[in-house]
Amino acid sequence: MTNEEIIYPSKINVPYEWSVGECGSRFFYELKENKKILATRCPECKKVFIPPRKTCPDCFIPIGEWLEVGPTGTLITFTVVRYSAQTHPIPAPFAIGIILLDRSDTGLVHLIGGVEVEKIRSGMRVKPAFKEDRRGNLLDIAYFEPVE
Amino acid sequence: MERVAIVGVGQTKYERNKKGETFADLVFEAVTKSLNDAKIGIEDIDNVVTVSNDFWDGRTISSMAVTDACGSYGKSVSTVESDGTFGAFYGLMRLLSGSFRSTLVVTHCKGSEGSNHLITNAIFNPIYERIIGLDSISSSALQARRYMEKYGITEEQCALVSMKNHKNAKNNPYAQIAMDITVEDVMNSKPLSDPIKLLDSSPISDGACAIILADERMAKRVATRPVWVKGIGHSTDAYNLGDRDLAEPDALIRAAQKAYNMAGIQNPIKEIDVAEIYDAFSYQELLWSEGLGFCERGNGGKLIESGKTTMGGELPINPSGGVLSAHPVLVAGLARIAEITLQLRGEGNGRQVEGAKVGLAHGINGACGQAHCVWILES
Repeated sequence: MTNEEIIYPSKINVPYEWSVGECGSRFFYELKENKKILATRCPECKKVFIPPRKTCPDCFIPIGEWLEVGPTGTLITFTVVRYSAQTHPIPAPFAIGIILLDRSDTGLVHLIGGVEVEKIRSGMRVKPAFKEDRRGNLLDIAYFEPVE
Repeated sequence: MERVAIVGVGQTKYERNKKGETFADLVFEAVTKSLNDAKIGIEDIDNVVTVSNDFWDGRTISSMAVTDACGSYGKSVSTVESDGTFGAFYGLMRLLSGSFRSTLVVTHCKGSEGSNHLITNAIFNPIYERIIGLDSISSSALQARRYMEKYGITEEQCALVSMKNHKNAKNNPYAQIAMDITVEDVMNSKPLSDPIKLLDSSPISDGACAIILADERMAKRVATRPVWVKGIGHSTDAYNLGDRDLAEPDALIRAAQKAYNMAGIQNPIKEIDVAEIYDAFSYQELLWSEGLGFCERGNGGKLIESGKTTMGGELPINPSGGVLSAHPVLVAGLARIAEITLQLRGEGNGRQVEGAKVGLAHGINGACGQAHCVWILES
């Protein structure tokens, strides 16, 4: 054996089974069963949160009120991803954006599709394109696409 | 606040792929250099803070992997899994508690040994953001576009940052990527995630950095010129990207204000002689300059065009070449502190800012600068 710099290749494969929690469960149930996007609203500051949550991060109190938001919204910002990585849900080039759904105060990160990437603009009005085969996760919405 | 000084610093050269060296080897090099710099021995260190991240190291309780390398065996040792500026902050707090006289803070990362895409994808909430495929580059691109569109910052203005910092790196023997490039080179470089291109991005890097903090009594006893901690502040923004307006560096504004109040600074661009800030991407130097109050909000582009932040300008930013020129994750913030320490001692050599007496070091943690830590140092 020569005095080469030896490399030891390895990998960590750790499967998880995270509970998405009460809020996540209701959110994904409605997405899957009824193609509805739900959010929660703080009783004190009235801020509407998506993804929905149990407590208000500003007021630090429990939130109990649920409401439907969107389905349309405004694209706040986006990027066209041009490199490949195994973490990507679809092949590059593809677009990721932050969408401010109507009636929501926080943005939702999602894919932007149904449009050529070169034509995407911030400020565009968008709506969710639901998959036929829905599993109860965020990609039950395939992407958000421009409202005609 | 009681007087605490930095009495020793040590850095390895930052490189893409330090084959033949384990991350523990890098820690030993940085620690040894810092002890030699302070002219003390490991026995003079009474507690250690290591800074590392389990995902980057590929092992949990990553501090235990460097026990031998940092001399922490038998000492009180703790780990901060955050940028080096936060690790140093914790080291400072341990001193201020009165329980310790000297803290060694050492951080390491071998970016070449893991996968940046996988590791930074894991920053994000698995259920709502990770599933979309976000990582450090695509998330930063979301912030870059939001900032640029909201305030009219151009890609060419961001390119000026890359040009300045890679050129500055030529004077820094530790920097990884030193080169002369033009705005056109940056604009023509490979698009990664619009609007971020290859030459707008920091590299994958391996390296380690160590600093030694000491209380006043020990600092005065030690041979080298102590650099005093005059102000410090940190603050955190929301975790979910959608909860934030990514164009607004609210957490940095709060962190900077705390540090400035403590240090008695009212006019940063006039009172600070040199700054090292965390430019993981070119747009970040502009955005963080605004958050630090070096210019009015929205004027980051005008600031870089003014020349005030170049070598020889009113407030040189990143004479070391910054994070754009070397980005070992977690290490890069501590390296900013180490560089300012060298500047304030007059040991900056080819990258020295003449007569620097007050310096600012800045680090970030989390996606899109979720948390910021600002240090004001004085010689």
